[in-house]
Amino acid sequence: MTDLSIPTEVVTPEPLTVPPPGKQGKPSSLWSDAWHELRRKPSFIISAAIILLMVVMAIFPQLFTSVNPRECSLINSIQPPSSEHWFGTDLQGCDYYARTIYGARTSVSIGVVVTFFATLVAVTLGSLSGYKGGYLDTVISRITDIWFAIPLILAGIVFLNALGSKGFWNVCAVLIVFGWPTMLRLMRSSVLSVRELDYIDAARALGASDWRIITRHVLPNGITPVIVYATITVGVIIAVEATLSFLNVGLQLPAISWGLMISVAQNRILASPHLLFFPGIFLSVTVFAFILMGDALRDALDPKLR
Amino acid sequence: MTSYIIRRVGQFVLVFFAATFLIFAMVFAIPGDPIRALAGEKPMPESLRQSLIQQYHLDEPLLAQYWHYVTGLIQGDLGESFNQRPVADIIKEAFPKTLRLATYAFIIEMVIGVTAGVYAGIRKDKFLDSLVKVSTVAVISVPIFVLGFVAQLVIGVRLGWLPVTAGNPPSLYGYLLPALVLASVSLAYVARLTRSSVVENLRADYVRTAKAKGLSQRRVIGVHTFRNSLIPVITFLAIDLGALMSGAIVTERIFNIPGLGRAVYEATISQEGAVVVGIVTVLVVIYAVANLVVDILYAVLDPRIRYD
Repeated sequence: MTDLSIPTEVVTPEPLTVPPPGKQGKPSSLWSDAWHELRRKPSFIISAAIILLMVVMAIFPQLFTSVNPRECSLINSIQPPSSEHWFGTDLQGCDYYARTIYGARTSVSIGVVVTFFATLVAVTLGSLSGYKGGYLDTVISRITDIWFAIPLILAGIVFLNALGSKGFWNVCAVLIVFGWPTMLRLMRSSVLSVRELDYIDAARALGASDWRIITRHVLPNGITPVIVYATITVGVIIAVEATLSFLNVGLQLPAISWGLMISVAQNRILASPHLLFFPGIFLSVTVFAFILMGDALRDALDPKLR
Repeated sequence: MTSYIIRRVGQFVLVFFAATFLIFAMVFAIPGDPIRALAGEKPMPESLRQSLIQQYHLDEPLLAQYWHYVTGLIQGDLGESFNQRPVADIIKEAFPKTLRLATYAFIIEMVIGVTAGVYAGIRKDKFLDSLVKVSTVAVISVPIFVLGFVAQLVIGVRLGWLPVTAGNPPSLYGYLLPALVLASVSLAYVARLTRSSVVENLRADYVRTAKAKGLSQRRVIGVHTFRNSLIPVITFLAIDLGALMSGAIVTERIFNIPGLGRAVYEATISQEGAVVVGIVTVLVVIYAVANLVVDILYAVLDPRIRYD
């Protein structure tokens, strides 16, 4: 679960340890500049606080509730919010507050796992494609075109429907397999613009290997737009998972997920709006935090906008 | 230009065959019983099993199966549902409803999105700009099924301003609420894209020139900035079609519109894989065609871009 901290970790000034040759001796890098700006931005602070809260909720739901979300008694079926059940109860009489809290784990972990692996694929193939060019670039770009032709939700519907069993890892697998094309294009075009810069020529003239040039020079300088987009992607994937669960092709009971909670409750929403309201709010606020964080990072990291 | 169009059409043909093959291969070649992928866990009579095997040529090698499938697709034959209704018929009946819904959503997002974006861009960093920025993030963050239910609950039931469902047959008035919900997400993207594009163009040299010539503010914004700012928005619209289609599946489910989206949803519930695969394939092909058309339009509209 260490990768849960990706969005907050990237803004620390640590990347200073690999400064590009041209920047040596300068007091500040792009990242430390960005960090200085971010610390004062309200949108960054708000989104970081929400993300932190959701991550803690995902790892230690016991901190927020002592009620077992799977301990239900039908006698309590569909009660409105009360002092005993803050968010009311669902059809099975389960405590809705506890279920909403435990739902954070599913959403956050799917968002992070899918984004992590999709970004890994995108960064690897995208930098190879952009740096090497030629035949390899053509092949990778055409494959990306093909993947691009299938919208994520449609892919989820067809393949999860065909898979039959729809556990956590099945949903992750389908979203990873279809989640990387946009980031790959971003990475490729970013590498293409970095590749032509003088310090890459200098490194090559000094006899550096391709591997060294890519990992030490191209990646640190070209990865910023991908990191921004990956932050937003965590939010998007969380929303996609919830949508697929809502459409009955995502996670199935007894899994606890915000999308699934709304899906199960959908015929009773008009009579008992709390069944929609609480998971809906948690879901939207989490997605909102990741998108806001991505926006804040982009503003801070794009020197052109300063 | 001609060579660009030929190349782009060639790319489309490649994408068409590869994407349909991808869908086909992943549904039929994933380990396990393809019959199960098509018909779900239910026990089924041997005769139905045999007819499915025959219908999809499952006793032949994968490439031959795909060949039968894709030639059928080009001829408009997408297989049959369990009650032997051709999938093509289901699509023919449902498609106009989805098209109407999507068209209304499209008009709403263009008009409101572009207007909001232009005004926010002109008044960069003022109140209206911040409002557009924050509200668009907020709208994008709320998944469309949550938004749909909230709109149904608040606008439809509590306030009673608009009908809760589209009705049967769906009326223009009944389409209004679902179209607003469907438009909302893309509307936010269109507004943001227009805004950043306007902000960027306002700094361009030709805008300064136009101002220096003494043109009125109205003309500088309306003609010089506005038209150039719309170019990235047009590109977005092609990508947006994908979002509209996914959104339509959810919106039609919530507002009970008998379109393609609801047909897909119902087919996933009754586990009719053939219907799901058929409709999704058609949606993917529509998406690819729209992308092709927009790419070519883009090349025609923006002569600054050279495609060699």
